[in-house]
Amino acid sequence: MTLQTRETVLRLDNVHKSFGDTEVLRGIDLEVHAHDVVALIGASGSGKSTLLRTINLLECVDDGQIWLRGDDISAPQVKADAVRLRIGIVFQQFNLFPHLSVLDNVTISTRHVQRTRRSVAEARGLELLDRVGLADKAREFPDRLSGGQQQRVAIARAIATDPELLLLDEITSALDPQLVAEVLDLVRRLKSDGTTIVMATHEMAFARDVADHVVFLDNGVIGEQGPPAEIFTAPRTERAREFLDRFLG
Amino acid sequence: MELGRRAFRKRQGARSVAISAVSTVVFAVVVWITVVNTPGWARVQQSFFDPETFVAAWPRVAEGFVLNLRVLFFAAIGVLVVSLLLAFLRTLRGPVFFPVRALVAGYTDLFRGTPLIIVLYLVGFGIPGLRLTDGRIPVEVLGTLALVLTYSAYVSEVWRAGIEAVHPSQTLAARSLGLSHGTTMRLVVLPQALRKVTPALMNDFVAMQKDVGLISVLGAVDAVRAAQIETAQAYNFTPYVLAGLLFVLLALPMIRLTDWYTARLRSREQIGAIL
Repeated sequence: MTLQTRETVLRLDNVHKSFGDTEVLRGIDLEVHAHDVVALIGASGSGKSTLLRTINLLECVDDGQIWLRGDDISAPQVKADAVRLRIGIVFQQFNLFPHLSVLDNVTISTRHVQRTRRSVAEARGLELLDRVGLADKAREFPDRLSGGQQQRVAIARAIATDPELLLLDEITSALDPQLVAEVLDLVRRLKSDGTTIVMATHEMAFARDVADHVVFLDNGVIGEQGPPAEIFTAPRTERAREFLDRFLG
Repeated sequence: MELGRRAFRKRQGARSVAISAVSTVVFAVVVWITVVNTPGWARVQQSFFDPETFVAAWPRVAEGFVLNLRVLFFAAIGVLVVSLLLAFLRTLRGPVFFPVRALVAGYTDLFRGTPLIIVLYLVGFGIPGLRLTDGRIPVEVLGTLALVLTYSAYVSEVWRAGIEAVHPSQTLAARSLGLSHGTTMRLVVLPQALRKVTPALMNDFVAMQKDVGLISVLGAVDAVRAAQIETAQAYNFTPYVLAGLLFVLLALPMIRLTDWYTARLRSREQIGAIL
């Protein structure tokens, strides 16, 4: 393993986040290396989604710092919109724009934020759609696609700006079981292309197969982390063991 | 979830249109039979539906109606611009924009509460009293201004309802792609809000078409005023009926347009038909 020598894409230092009186993140330290897939596991309400949204600055941190390749993106003077171009996020519910065609969904950030010429952006959009296997659906509207197809469009949309980091927030949780595979296959391909990914997931088998690093979140703190082989076969903490027993049976 | 909601709303809309159409026809027939059999019908028919007076009043009333159309045209554009601006200002978050939000809220409260006719009097007689300009400000300009002031307050609330009806996850997704607040509004929220509130907007537009007739209180010779003059000359109320008919004819295309537009959206965005 050459984990230590690889470039750090994302680093969290003591990140805290509260909603009202509830402290959802209670001091998270985390390092994500280039080309790694980090799987966030943990019970519902353990803070997985909040952590991802905080990284994408959709929530602002209450305390601590978030570093993206040496830039402190949690600093208040940082332009959040510019940071978000560097970090893609895919949501559980796809959140495609229903009034825009698939191609317009995919090109919205390149055309309207990066101001790429329409023809260039669309060529690139078609390329992305081809990569997720949906080039023939470019002119369709999202409502006409299956859940798995919609989620693949959402992934294409999230990587349209070539982000340095891709966040996946339980992207298969809203899908029918038979549609899960096509989305996970795509994640696998993104990994082999070298995309750096942090994914919150309940797909333990997938996490064990694909993740380079597994983080067990427990009540807003990292209960345990390590390579999947360790976490899944010999969890060190009682809490992680309990959680995995329930999931893996 | 979103699809289901939209389908439900559309079904509700179609149903209420069907019910109102049927009940209107039944009601009209009943009223017609009742009215025709009243003892004074002959007199009423003569003083309200007199063909000769109708023809005689036509040139003047029609000319007045052109003024209504002009006022309506500019008022509609003004309302669209001002109401959108107001609604957008209300979506701004953060303590910096508190005064803006409070002002807009105060404005909509004030002008939704004030009867249009009072706004017309205040604007129509108050603004010239300020002597801002050397010459006289035409009454139709003042009337348009009063209409814009009042209707922008209503329409901005319609926009706000539409903006709030767009699920927050849409904004979240747009912002996560790096779109600014303004771009998110323009490309993601407002187009979806527009679809949701089109019937309500059309409704307010039709309401305004009629209220354009109120500018006659300022002395503008519009269709209503012209009808009043003709009525006084002919001792016959038919010119009023003529003016009313013109307003109805004006409203009809708008209603057709709304139907066509919602049907088009439905066919483009949804799988299968709604019965």
